[in-house]
Amino acid sequence: MKQTLVRKEPEKGSSAVQEARMPQGRLPLSPQVNVAKRILMSEYFVLYLTILYILILTPIIPRLWHPMNIRNILSNMWPLLVVAIGQTFVLILAGIDLSQTSVMAMSSVVGAVVMTSSADPILFTKSPLWGVFLTEQGGLLGGSPLALPVGILAMLAVGLIIGFLNGFSVACFRMPPFIVTLVSMMLFSAMAIFLTKSENIRYLPEAYLRISKSWFSVISGAMIIAIILAIIAHILLTRTLFGKRLYAVGINTTASQISGVPARRTIITAYMVSGLCASIAAVLYSSRLEMGRPTLGSTLFIDIVGANIIGGISLAGGKGKITWTIFGVFFFIILANSLNMLNLSFYIIDMVKGSVILIAALLDVARNRIRKAQM
Amino acid sequence: MAEVVFAYKNITKRFFGVHALKDVSFELERGRILGLVGENGAGKSTLMNILGGVLQPDEGQMILRGAPFAPKNPLEASSAGIEFIHQELNLFTNLSVSENISISRFPCLGTSPLINKKKMRESCKKLLRSLNLDISPNILVENLSPGERQLVEIAKALSTNADILLFDEPTTSLTAKETENLFSIMRSLRDEGKSIIYISHILGDVKSLVDDIVVLRDGQVICGGPIEDFPIHRMINLMVGREISNVFPERHSHAKDRVILEAKHVSETGIVRDVNITVREGEIVGMFGLMGSGRTEFARMLFGVDPYKEGSITVCTEPLPKRNPQQSIKRGLAFITENRREEGLLMDYPILENIGLVSLPDFSSRMTRMVDSKRLFKQANEIATSLRLKCNDLKNQKVKSLSGGNQQKVVIGKWLLKHPSMLIMDEPTRGIDVGAKYEVYLIMEQLAREGTGILFISSEVEELMAMCDRIVVWSQGEVMHEFEKSEFSQERIMRIAFRQSLEYSEEEKAVVNGQD
Repeated sequence: MKQTLVRKEPEKGSSAVQEARMPQGRLPLSPQVNVAKRILMSEYFVLYLTILYILILTPIIPRLWHPMNIRNILSNMWPLLVVAIGQTFVLILAGIDLSQTSVMAMSSVVGAVVMTSSADPILFTKSPLWGVFLTEQGGLLGGSPLALPVGILAMLAVGLIIGFLNGFSVACFRMPPFIVTLVSMMLFSAMAIFLTKSENIRYLPEAYLRISKSWFSVISGAMIIAIILAIIAHILLTRTLFGKRLYAVGINTTASQISGVPARRTIITAYMVSGLCASIAAVLYSSRLEMGRPTLGSTLFIDIVGANIIGGISLAGGKGKITWTIFGVFFFIILANSLNMLNLSFYIIDMVKGSVILIAALLDVARNRIRKAQM
Repeated sequence: MAEVVFAYKNITKRFFGVHALKDVSFELERGRILGLVGENGAGKSTLMNILGGVLQPDEGQMILRGAPFAPKNPLEASSAGIEFIHQELNLFTNLSVSENISISRFPCLGTSPLINKKKMRESCKKLLRSLNLDISPNILVENLSPGERQLVEIAKALSTNADILLFDEPTTSLTAKETENLFSIMRSLRDEGKSIIYISHILGDVKSLVDDIVVLRDGQVICGGPIEDFPIHRMINLMVGREISNVFPERHSHAKDRVILEAKHVSETGIVRDVNITVREGEIVGMFGLMGSGRTEFARMLFGVDPYKEGSITVCTEPLPKRNPQQSIKRGLAFITENRREEGLLMDYPILENIGLVSLPDFSSRMTRMVDSKRLFKQANEIATSLRLKCNDLKNQKVKSLSGGNQQKVVIGKWLLKHPSMLIMDEPTRGIDVGAKYEVYLIMEQLAREGTGILFISSEVEELMAMCDRIVVWSQGEVMHEFEKSEFSQERIMRIAFRQSLEYSEEEKAVVNGQD
């Protein structure tokens, strides 16, 4: 009994000291702990982590720096970045968009149906599109110079329409985003497969395929599109009326509405941005694969949300920056690439990815605690 | 002398340094009903929460059946035979009546974890019969009327063999007949030897039901004794006779003739009935009423947050569309809500963004929708300075790190940036300290001088009397009376709010004269 009492005494004393100092906001810490904490709390934490990870891996996998691999990493990164940016908008709203992958599949199919210059009758005669939208001479505008612009516009329209349906259901019927986008994910990914009878549509225009090809060294159309989109998204979030309202609605919808924020319109727009980004990603992916693919992106959802969470964007809403998304995507791609180079199996890679997402979520909780303690 | 079942001894409770209860002592006797009356915020609920184990007192103790009693949580209070029948019903509407009643101690089949449904139904039936409640134990609570739910709540309390029952405003959602039934049940419970504490704003009910009374004011027991010594007007006098501890600024401005806001025959079933209110340029109109009297609900309808069925609202003679806060803001309305944490502010957002939220469209370009952050910062800064907002960093500091008074200034600031012509303030001084209150009053006076019409909702009569040109008194969803400045009297206002006639009855006059 006495021993425990004696042991308890100093603890009590020290906690009292801590409490007394709390109002000043700083606990007495050694300089090392302080630096560690500052790094942990930094916005660039994920970037530091990625750099550290690369430094550690370099001696183990020297091939990491091979130009071919760098090109590979980048070409994997741009489309994922584009679609992850779209998800960021919805996550800021405290929503989620599970349907992005189905948007990509639908866009890919619709674009290819417009643009393809030839379709194999053996593969497609059973497709409901055969004879009207798809013939042996190709798609609607197969071979026409209009194929490329109209095809891409059609792809973007698919994203905007599905995004609008999602947003409208969430905003106007107050349905939970999870259910709404889960249903549209099922619906449209199944529809993409149904329309094509699960066959890939090939023979896309040369100009379209060039979007993802290297133009000069690592520079490609995909890179330019992704960077421009990231800049626009960043400006949209930080400088415009829409961006400011997006955060406001994400933090507190009721208070925002009373302050005159058109919450419904903001929500619908956010889901449309998400759909649009997914369809732009579809443009990039399909051009890289050189085909319209009804299962495009079907395994990508974990990567999209995972990259956002690793970047530090909270599922609780109101928090997020495009730079964070970029860091998250970068880390995720490097991680996947390095695991691939270690010749690990697909399943092990997924297990590692999952663990990393879990750690990122835990880290977010820890950072929030520290932030609260500092206040 | 009857046996004392329970006693408060010198109970003191502080919230953030403010006294909610100060040295409260009184006793509850076996087989009596004790009425607890006081204004909003007088400390009634705090007192009950201490007995119910929800809160712990800072000082003092409670004596239950002769022994010290200090429940750490509601469960301990419940097992000591104390049951709390809340203002808001705590029933699970998705469960049946019998399940609700035995929720904390389901009878089991022998020693197995399976529920003995038959036993549960039987004991439930017995309880319901004792309350004259003719419903099946299997019916879901969501299918019951408010009165029936109230009785189920009582049955739940009785199922534990409690001998002290606390009723906090049990009649607010009941019809007259249901209330009468409830009272007769309470009386028979008393006659069975149970002790009851009854809290209500409806003094007529208190007068007819209770045996003893305790009057609370500002967290202190002002007076207590057998109900025969307390005619209603004396209760009111005791409740409001507070020393004015706040200082109010002088009102210099006067209302002008032009009507800014006019509400005509506004009605919504069960909430407000046929409300007519006008506010003129530069006028401060007070709305007084007890909680749930409809004043807040009406303000929300005015601003377009909640719908209403009938009537019309015009701003500067132009009709205001229903249920559209954006349109209301465009017509010059501003609304400071009563709960700034939930509806007034984005707590996790910086001060600047909060101040800018309403006026963002004014600071963004038509074409690109880009927000001119520099201009916004400059003007927000001016507003913050003029409101004497105490903060370190307008741009990065989150609102939740500010004190209550400064948070309220942020809410006010965000509306002032929009230059409203009509400001609705719902309890703008609640939960802020005296100094900050004074500053809020100064801002109101300043705005009124500049011609803004103000609708000022408050539960504190003194501040309304000091600040308003007119006071509208609400009760049970209706405007009962309008007082011009010359007619202001704390007692008269309270009488109206408690639905007492303005004139004294002969009997009361005699007592008043006798006291003088």
